[in-house]
Amino acid sequence: MKRYNKSRCAAVRRPAVLAFAAVAAVSVVAACSSSSSSSAAGAGSASTGASASTGTSASAAASGIKKGLVVYFIPKDTQNPYEVLADQGGARALTGLGGKVVVSSGTADTAAAQIPSIQAAIQAHADAIVIAGNDPSALCPSLEQASSAGIKILSFDSDVTCGSSPNHLFVNQADTASIGTSEVDILAKEIGSSGQIAILSAAASATNQNSWIAYMKQELSKYPKMTLVKTVYGNDDPATSLTVLQGLLSAYPNLKGIISPTTVGIQASAQYLDTHKSLLKKLTLTGLGLPSQMKPYVKDGTVKEFELWNPSNLGYLAGYAAAALASGSASLTPGSSFTAGTLGSYKVLAPTTGVGPSIVLGPPTVFDAANVDQFNF
Amino acid sequence: MSSETAPAAAGAGMQGARPEAPAEPTARQPLWQQAARWEVGLVVVLIGSLIFGSSESSTFDSQTTLFYGGINAGYIAIMALPMMLIVVTAEIDLSVASTLGMAGALLGDLWHHGWGIWPALIAALVVGVLGGTLNGVLVAKAGLPSIAVTIGTLTLYRGIAEILLGSQTIPGVGDRSFPVWFTKIGVVPVPGTHLSYTTVIFIVLAIICGVVLHATPLGRSLYAIGLQPEAARFAGIRVTRIKFWLFVASGLICAFAGILLTAQNSSVSYNAGYGLELNVVAIALFGGVSIFGGKGTVIGVVLSATIVATLQMAMTQMTIDPNVQEIVIGVLLLISVVVPSIGKLARWSAARALRSRPLQSVRTALPLTVRTK
Repeated sequence: MKRYNKSRCAAVRRPAVLAFAAVAAVSVVAACSSSSSSSAAGAGSASTGASASTGTSASAAASGIKKGLVVYFIPKDTQNPYEVLADQGGARALTGLGGKVVVSSGTADTAAAQIPSIQAAIQAHADAIVIAGNDPSALCPSLEQASSAGIKILSFDSDVTCGSSPNHLFVNQADTASIGTSEVDILAKEIGSSGQIAILSAAASATNQNSWIAYMKQELSKYPKMTLVKTVYGNDDPATSLTVLQGLLSAYPNLKGIISPTTVGIQASAQYLDTHKSLLKKLTLTGLGLPSQMKPYVKDGTVKEFELWNPSNLGYLAGYAAAALASGSASLTPGSSFTAGTLGSYKVLAPTTGVGPSIVLGPPTVFDAANVDQFNF
Repeated sequence: MSSETAPAAAGAGMQGARPEAPAEPTARQPLWQQAARWEVGLVVVLIGSLIFGSSESSTFDSQTTLFYGGINAGYIAIMALPMMLIVVTAEIDLSVASTLGMAGALLGDLWHHGWGIWPALIAALVVGVLGGTLNGVLVAKAGLPSIAVTIGTLTLYRGIAEILLGSQTIPGVGDRSFPVWFTKIGVVPVPGTHLSYTTVIFIVLAIICGVVLHATPLGRSLYAIGLQPEAARFAGIRVTRIKFWLFVASGLICAFAGILLTAQNSSVSYNAGYGLELNVVAIALFGGVSIFGGKGTVIGVVLSATIVATLQMAMTQMTIDPNVQEIVIGVLLLISVVVPSIGKLARWSAARALRSRPLQSVRTALPLTVRTK
């Protein structure tokens, strides 16, 4: 190796190296440009594909909706399977109305990853933005800019708390209180209303998670023998969720129940319990999960019951709401109503504490071994 | 191959990271001459990125792109400046983004507890300085490896941020809003320009950084420390003291970046800037700063930050999958590491061909590992 070190003293071919750097750099740029056009086309075909597969005709409900609307769907990130389904639902709604959906977000569940997408929507003169907030406040300055540029702002899945800047419509998946309370009730039923329980949530700053958890804590006062020992955060990342779950199990060996109100968290937990069956004798898992992902665990008894609503319908509703607001056929005034295609008619609800004008998709569905096969999302 | 370069790295061997670096320090060209070559490549990439953006995205050629790009990348680029100074001395600070988060979280927590904006801002800067001081003491004074120390403080400072704010975002329900003069930096450009406040601050800091690094004895000594710490010490350079103050400065600047991000977002949560340390390191390395120390220019870092911001803006406007965006940035970073090594490989094969000329030509086809035995 010493000898080889000496041989390094040979003269350098600087122009050659420089030329190579330039060529390499240009080829990277060229590579981007070619991949860009194909991926943009891919995104477009994905949304139309979703609309074609549903086969429902929504044209009847399109009264007063403008043609050619462009709605930016900004999910928490682009991989979350729940959000992918919701975005497809939105694309189904807009394609039916003669408009289009652009899905744009980052790979990490942070506000910083979503802000560039809001900016892109402003620059593209979008008609509406439908966003699932990774942070209740950090997105508000950007959303306010979008609103002053004439873009209608809607939030879904996870609300943003921007007050009146900007005013926006929250498309709520289910009544926030009933999600929180029903999960505690399900767990209480399964563990005999006593023992230590924990919550495995998503990001600590996620608005939806925190408001459900607040209602869970409230509901727990009905069960004096159940104690919430810890809330941990898996950031909607399977690996992180697993790590914090293992931390929980070693810190609280007597833990009797876990509520994971996030599809990523409950799946990671179910997978772990499935391979560590001895834990199941004393530990019960419930929460919010996708039937398609949870099917095997419900079938083999790892999880008895869990809840969710149809995320595709949530996106579909949000898409119709966005189109109605952007066309001026509905407004944020409480009582203003619009028809959401196959889902029927919806009315804007008056603001309550912490939540502005909103619409609610419907009550959550409880899934168990008996009914899980009927759902394909 | 890298396993062969590593043991030889003690002193002059480190220069092998870039093809331009001659082996003998006494035979070195002026630094700007060596670096100019990498920077020229960056200018080419930047022009390519700009052409790419304006041809592929219909909304790229606008003043808002300039403003938004600054909003998105400015506070990250600001942290790349102290990072590059530290990397030039052959150290690294991976706690930058956590320091940003910790300072922002303290600012939010104090604001939540009724502090005025100025005391809270000063406290945030102080906690950044303290964070940098801890890094500096452990790395410079105790002589511990900076990569290990700052991975530790990366989690430590983020943990402190999480303890301070938990799941709250400040201002939350019932809190005062931050003053308008403070939060407007995220919404309006600097008067008379289309640049965001973070962009202008980055430019000012980059100029200061450039003057210090390229036009003062202190700057020269940073390169000396990075190339030959022992020789630098014997030459009378206060290696320990300089490294210590670099980490303190890094803490201060990152806390400042945390304040800027809080202002831009009108709010702060514990995960502000989460994971950005890798972007900061990437900007520095792509800017031509050698990870082995002793090499790098401020203009390179400025160009590199501009390229990353340009590509990110263009690709987001084109709704390119964010995973693909990360791949593009990753490939750029790889190029910045691989291209110089390719130059080195070219030298090896040239030297090899020279020596093996009298022998059978089949000799040259032998693998390098066989020949070095």
